[in-house]
Amino acid sequence: MSTLSLAVRDSSTMLRRNLLHMRRYPSMTFLLIGIPIIILLLFVYVFGGTLGAGLGPSGDRSQYANYVTPGILLITVVSAAQGTAISVAMDMTEGIIARFRTMSIFRPSVLTGHVLGSLVQTMLSLAAVTVVALLVGFRPTANAVEWLAAVGVLAMITFALTWLSVALGLVSDSVETASNLPMPLILLPFLGSGFVPTDSMPTAVRLFADYQPFTPVMETLRGLLLGTGIGANGIIAVIWCAVISVGCFFWAKALYNRNRTA
Amino acid sequence: MTSSMNPAIVATDLRKSYGDKVVLDGIDLMITEGTIFALLGPNGAGKTTTVQILSTLIDADGGNARVFGHDLAREPDAVRALIGVTGQFSAVDNLLTGRENLTLMADLCHLDKAAGRRRIADLLDQFDLTDAAGKPVSTYSGGMRRRLDLAMTLVGEPRVIFLDEPTTGLDPRSRRAMWHIIRALAAEGVTILLTTQYLEEADQLADRVAFLDHGRLIAEGTPRELKRLIPGGHVVLQFADQEGLDLAARTFDAATRDDAALTLQVPSDGGVGSLRSLLDQLDSASISVAALSVHTPDLDDVFLTLTGQPDTRASRPDHERAPAR
Repeated sequence: MSTLSLAVRDSSTMLRRNLLHMRRYPSMTFLLIGIPIIILLLFVYVFGGTLGAGLGPSGDRSQYANYVTPGILLITVVSAAQGTAISVAMDMTEGIIARFRTMSIFRPSVLTGHVLGSLVQTMLSLAAVTVVALLVGFRPTANAVEWLAAVGVLAMITFALTWLSVALGLVSDSVETASNLPMPLILLPFLGSGFVPTDSMPTAVRLFADYQPFTPVMETLRGLLLGTGIGANGIIAVIWCAVISVGCFFWAKALYNRNRTA
Repeated sequence: MTSSMNPAIVATDLRKSYGDKVVLDGIDLMITEGTIFALLGPNGAGKTTTVQILSTLIDADGGNARVFGHDLAREPDAVRALIGVTGQFSAVDNLLTGRENLTLMADLCHLDKAAGRRRIADLLDQFDLTDAAGKPVSTYSGGMRRRLDLAMTLVGEPRVIFLDEPTTGLDPRSRRAMWHIIRALAAEGVTILLTTQYLEEADQLADRVAFLDHGRLIAEGTPRELKRLIPGGHVVLQFADQEGLDLAARTFDAATRDDAALTLQVPSDGGVGSLRSLLDQLDSASISVAALSVHTPDLDDVFLTLTGQPDTRASRPDHERAPAR
């Protein structure tokens, strides 16, 4: 069997394993969907009136629902990534991982199984969160192609952050650490253009907000879904996602191969 | 039983240290195809490390090893295709059912669907897990879990199996069931390297036994050979009357007599040759013996003596005279 077909076959076996875990123990998935939904409701119904007024003379709660949704979608991705880090760290404590390492299989398939499983899980979470956003007043203007592109952007950033969280799960020496390490990620949509426009921030914060990876992703989503300007954000988002994916893939692979008795 | 004498595992001068701690200090092994080889030693002797190295889980710091001619360091995947490992800690997926665990293995061994299903049904049946196949492994008992673990190892029909303390923590009944399975595997021609702290287990199962202590092999041989390595073996002669005992005690001056029991304990390695000469001596002195029993030391005695633990037998009269080999 060629390396590629071996990789595909073993990865899909491991994907089935991860999907089975998720289906059998869905509480984690629900918990991970809960966080972005709560934040969405909080920001639309509690802060939304005031924050909406800050968007411009005609700004109100319903306009803020539109504004905040791309940020909420990224919160969903980050929340799911935290779940991935936890489940990878938990998996590494299982004896079966040692068995996988002594089998003649595509070695990173344990990791690709986690990544693909999380990708499926996150896309489903995103769909659920989008439905809630629509219910609270999110009114996208996107056509079918723009929707498809938005799904693509979300898949891209999910893929990147999932590889990052797999690496974080592997680098953690305990499940608790794995749960805490991805925490700062949840701040990034706030420290970007997710909840308020960056030009309302003080210079130092604004510089960070403008140049961190989440902002171009959120701006691209906003442009695709709501028709605001995208500019160079699209290409910047793609580059960020590619760099994070590739870098974290090799990091995760190296972590998995080191210290093989663990 | 087995006619082939192919070496399945050959290891030369395996070394492994963790920091300053030397875990393996130059291990040589030669394990013949189709035999059961037991690696015996106390906790921390290096048993698990040896298994981890030979099963490609960790790299040795020095030395080399081959499994059916495939070098561990250069062709790990070729080795992995030939081996199966059941470690000390259960290597099952607790979130899946027994059948799902086996299906996972069948898929990873690249069996086609029909062949995989047949193999899984056979294994479930063979390991008495058919009834529990649909239940999550987290509900299994220790013995069931261990059987599933071994069944998973066997899905790919490995030619070499590593069993790291396969019966530790099992109740006597489950242990006997496991022994039965291990013997059956060896009878099919599978080569088995098992580690154990139970001397009885090595005695019961193994064709050859190696003692591991502080990362070194301190003795190797068949269980019988090993038992002869140390003093303490003897033949007990039982007499019908005091007269016979007196006569015999004069003939064997190295012996210890027990007047109350009318027995005489004669030092012996328990081998056929020495028994024959003992019987010849009895014959020529016309001593009639009511009963005779041979006592070889058990592996416990061997191990304690070889590792230089306090020798409880030091006071025995036959201690110095016993043959070295």
